[in-house]
Amino acid sequence: MFQPSPWRADFPAIAALQRQHQTYLDSAATTQKPQALLDALSHYYGHGAANVHRAQHLPGALATQAFEGTRDKVAAWLNAAQSRQIIFTHGATSALNLLAYGLEHRFEAGDEIAISALEHHANLLPWQQLARRRNLRLVVLPLDVHGRIDLEQALQLIGPRTRLLALSQLSNVLGTWQPLPALLAHAHAQGALTVVDGAQGVVHGRHDVQQLGCDFYVFSSHKLYGPDGVGVLYGRSQALELLRHWQFGGEMVQLAGYQDASFRPAPLGFEAGTPPIAGVIGLGATLDYLASLDGHAVEAHEAHLHQALLRGLADREGVRVLGTPQTALASFVIEGVHNADIAHLLTEQGVAVRAGHHCAMPLLKGLGLEGAIRVSLALYNDSEDLQRFFDALDQGLELLR
Amino acid sequence: MSLPLEAQEALARFEQARGWEQRARLLMQMGDTLEPLGEADKSEDNRVHGCESLVWLVAEQHDGQWRFKAGSDARLLRGLLALLLVRVQGLASAELAGVDLNAWFAQLGLERQLSPSRSNGLHAVLQRMAELTRHQQ
Repeated sequence: MFQPSPWRADFPAIAALQRQHQTYLDSAATTQKPQALLDALSHYYGHGAANVHRAQHLPGALATQAFEGTRDKVAAWLNAAQSRQIIFTHGATSALNLLAYGLEHRFEAGDEIAISALEHHANLLPWQQLARRRNLRLVVLPLDVHGRIDLEQALQLIGPRTRLLALSQLSNVLGTWQPLPALLAHAHAQGALTVVDGAQGVVHGRHDVQQLGCDFYVFSSHKLYGPDGVGVLYGRSQALELLRHWQFGGEMVQLAGYQDASFRPAPLGFEAGTPPIAGVIGLGATLDYLASLDGHAVEAHEAHLHQALLRGLADREGVRVLGTPQTALASFVIEGVHNADIAHLLTEQGVAVRAGHHCAMPLLKGLGLEGAIRVSLALYNDSEDLQRFFDALDQGLELLR
Repeated sequence: MSLPLEAQEALARFEQARGWEQRARLLMQMGDTLEPLGEADKSEDNRVHGCESLVWLVAEQHDGQWRFKAGSDARLLRGLLALLLVRVQGLASAELAGVDLNAWFAQLGLERQLSPSRSNGLHAVLQRMAELTRHQQ
């Protein structure tokens, strides 16, 4: 039965892609944008750009107001207690790097950082390199057969030496939600700081950072239907106070002399230089748009499509789905067929999916794979998108087999 | 510069291909013509990085002529490699430098396979070929 997306028309690029015979199923990489965002960008640039937090003139005041308005909206979206707990960065990657440098002074040789085996490179490499700089031990929490962190083993591995735990909320390869509440609580009890990489998780459902109980939560705007070049770092107030300044320049400074300077606290102290003003304003418009939707309807729509995706994959011979995906995406390989060949033929037929290691090389290697194909869904996808994918897959396999 | 005979034949076949299915079939046929690599050729030194699949490229010069061998574990990429080799096999360095490989793949109707964003790695293979042959003029 045809399942339309009631929100498809809100995303003009979907129709444009369709005119080019492209079916977009790579939203876990980046999403298409709602008209509300395009309007906000056009309005900002069309009505007078200005720098924020600097100028007393009217355009500056308006830009600052809109920019800070987004901070309030992000805080509300995550249910952060205060807007000043929201730092804007240039992406999730830069937010995680901010943490790895800003917290570096808290580590001594022999301390441990715990991550999981499924981390995206963005939540692996900053910690790996910090561990190398400071002679720390990077502890990798293993997964169970479903692709979730093995809770029993993880609770053993997170101990008094663990100074920081950094975990993905939702795996970008396996589509599995991680058992964060138990892990975060345990880490806290051990005196460790906790970082949640919400890059994928934030896109599906609403998440309450206070309830989650993490010290830091990171996401990137572009995966949440917002502009690229903008990331968000939420911190618990006491956790934010632990951060040392890491990038230096305009507007993050209180007083500057030739030989020394003092710096502002969060958030502005961690937003050196001109921030991505239009992008932040655009993210605000996107959040307004998302907040206007019926969240339950979105979740039900995505869950329904996801079920159809999993069913279709299970129906096909030789398809092996990685882990037990719960939300939004599925990665798979096909027995006897190279994933590069599948990817090639899907591309030829105008189906946009992701092939390869998905920025999680150690995870794929651990699964004994060079790569996999990932299909990922968003609220604008409909059942016809999936049908086109399955038709293309069948045609491609027929050719290859 | 005139096309080598094998390249002319390949071009004639691809020019007649209609649609993605025929092109894919031709690519797979081309791939089957590729001389299999020996285990010694599949060394780390010969690996072309920047591809999602395993790709090897071996470049040797005999009497001023370039002899290339290439292989991959992905079938369609093997076809692309075969199309590359029929165009450049046996050329002297100066001739090779004069070959516009982008134009060659465009003639074949395969220009999109060359995009740096493509994970198939043909782009990386061409870069590697340029590196290997540049230093041994």
